[in-house]
Amino acid sequence: MDKQGFGGPSEDGERTAWYERQIDWDAVGDRQESADYEEDIDWDAVEEKVDEIINEYDGDSGALIEVLHEVQELVGYLPQRVQVRVADRLGLSVSEVYSVVTFYSLFSLKPKGENHITVCKGTACYVRGAAQLIEELENQLGISVGDTTSDGKFSLEVVRCLGACGLGPVAMVNNEDVFARITVDQVSDMLQQYED
Amino acid sequence: MVTPHRVLVCHETPCVARGAVGLHAAFRREIDRLGLDHVSLEISGCHGHGLCSQGPSVVVEPSGFFYNGIQPPDAEVIVREHLSGGRPVQHLFHRDPVTGRTAARYADVDFFRRQRRVALRNCGRINPEKIEHYVDRGGYGALQLVLSTMRPEDVIELVEDSGLRGRGGAGFPTGRKWRFARRSSSDVKYVVCNADEGNPGAFTDRSVLEGDPHAVVEGMIIAGYAVGARRGYLYIRAEYPLAVRRVQKAIEDARDKGFLGSDLLGSGFSFDLEIKEGAGAFVCGEETALLASIQSRRGMPRPRPPFPTDVGLGGKPTVINNVKTLAFVPVIVDRGPGWFSSLGTPQSAGTAVFALTGNIRYSGLVEVPMGTPLAEIIDIGGGIPDGRKVKAVHTGGPAGGSLPADRLDAPVDYEALQELGSTMGSGGMLVLDEDACMVDVARFFMDFACSESCGQCAPCRLGTGQMVRILTRIATGRGAREDLVLLREVADTVKHASLCGLGQTCSNPVLATLEYFKEEYLAHIREGKCPLGVCEVRASVRPGEQGREFQPGGLPAGGVGANLKGGCP
Repeated sequence: MDKQGFGGPSEDGERTAWYERQIDWDAVGDRQESADYEEDIDWDAVEEKVDEIINEYDGDSGALIEVLHEVQELVGYLPQRVQVRVADRLGLSVSEVYSVVTFYSLFSLKPKGENHITVCKGTACYVRGAAQLIEELENQLGISVGDTTSDGKFSLEVVRCLGACGLGPVAMVNNEDVFARITVDQVSDMLQQYED
Repeated sequence: MVTPHRVLVCHETPCVARGAVGLHAAFRREIDRLGLDHVSLEISGCHGHGLCSQGPSVVVEPSGFFYNGIQPPDAEVIVREHLSGGRPVQHLFHRDPVTGRTAARYADVDFFRRQRRVALRNCGRINPEKIEHYVDRGGYGALQLVLSTMRPEDVIELVEDSGLRGRGGAGFPTGRKWRFARRSSSDVKYVVCNADEGNPGAFTDRSVLEGDPHAVVEGMIIAGYAVGARRGYLYIRAEYPLAVRRVQKAIEDARDKGFLGSDLLGSGFSFDLEIKEGAGAFVCGEETALLASIQSRRGMPRPRPPFPTDVGLGGKPTVINNVKTLAFVPVIVDRGPGWFSSLGTPQSAGTAVFALTGNIRYSGLVEVPMGTPLAEIIDIGGGIPDGRKVKAVHTGGPAGGSLPADRLDAPVDYEALQELGSTMGSGGMLVLDEDACMVDVARFFMDFACSESCGQCAPCRLGTGQMVRILTRIATGRGAREDLVLLREVADTVKHASLCGLGQTCSNPVLATLEYFKEEYLAHIREGKCPLGVCEVRASVRPGEQGREFQPGGLPAGGVGANLKGGCP
């Protein structure tokens, strides 16, 4: 079945034309200040892939969230430069793209660590000590929730419910390895597994 | 001729976390090694509802022998002794961790025996990735009946007669909603399944989607036929990747079998489904926000009316139903509306599914007839561990309230719970023992509401932040008696002045604890600390707290909507 969007290029056609007349998008992209972790990115290659993703959705602005999911999968996060590209190709303004990126908690403006730790802070995990677990992880990693360690090895995120309440408190690494009923004492062992 | 056996290894999130994949592989190896042709090995959704903390669990059909908490070496024993030798392995049967009693069969386990499983009828009994299993258990029979013998109006009447009400929390009569959408004149209409189960501590929708996805698909097709829609969307949380995968497979298989696509079963009716993934925003469970999100916009609710049944996706009439609501539909068609309504109370028909969590012996899913007292559900869950006493039961998550121990005779029923200041909610039931601090509980939910507020309307954006500040002040021993007056005032304002359901209900946890546990608030203020020592421990570690100062009267740093990324006080 074909993907079907709402809105879409036809509805927004006029607006797209307006933006294209007003802004030199490549210049906007080039002017972005880049952070350290962005220096190694091959932007041309990334933008080419971004265009491919968008083509799969026929440039439908109603598929913005799907596009952002796929782009984030590709780059690891959503750098400004990529947001500009997405906006351009979908016929949206950068502010519209940015407003969606910042609205949803799964979209990230910063790269994640090699090992991404998510700790559940759902109700059941909370009453069983998730908060202490989070504090211990913050202490041992030396970062706050939402950040990445300076060596890029670990990042820490809190989610609202992984739906494994019977196993709480629960932490998950790289969306694969689940650590159930984890206690503060077990944190260093858990991190050790990913040190190398 | 040897009786065919089917081995079902649970492959839901908790069991996978406890080694179900390795266990499945061990079964495979041993079955192949012994060349047992009469044994089929399958994965299944959750059959250990309530026993998830003791998995991985395995059921051997047709007799329903139930092994739990077993390891790969045990698989070899079971294959050799039970499947090959015909001697079930007693010492590996599920053993109740409390009474020590073993239960040989699934149906003997107390936890299941006392339930009435309707929405969960197939969970754990079939391989959710095989459409044949669903069909074997009568699946898609309702659809065939509907398409061959009923007019759309008949279907709506049948659902109205059954008394089915929305299981997302609000409890709006499903049949009436369908009728509104049917009446809306438009050539294009949509059906949407709301599977944005963001309520922390609820996983009922996930379990249905992972354990019996075809029930939801079938329910949606019937809904589409009833209202005159040709297309439907399932809006599923991106945090549920397994559910997304299973539903995707179900859609494809249903399409292959002719249950989805054009001219279904020769009826002339065409219908197809597509999944839309969320991106992590609790407010998208609110129906108008959900519609915005499906269309790739910020999930901002809008005022109603117009209701989605008139103006929904792309401006077209749209019916939005919860996962469990839709999963009920095929059974109601199969067994008749009278059967369904006889299960519950006059006002609340059918069964209720709860995710039982917190200080309870068996965390997991419980399905009971409406009208069952809360106390009985706790009892089914094995009570409170370690000889402690129950202090409160919280239903409805951030929109609900905590009821004290002396109100647990209250029946599970939309109106009864609402009258007591709680709500049915979408399926979360948190049990708290005497070590829980109710101020902490209120603060947990308010913190949640604050960070999930979309920031669009002032009462919710600012009010939730102010309530978190007041609650934190009280929790950390810096509160004054006047704070309670202020807290109630802010709570009432947010409740009455907010735009959408999130704002209108998020005061409930505060109001209910003020009603039933006021003494605890006073004790914090009087003693200058948390009497149970709970609040201090947790005060320092809330995410989003570090290094951010709330600007009274102003927007959180980052502007509107920044609440979502941890801009709360």
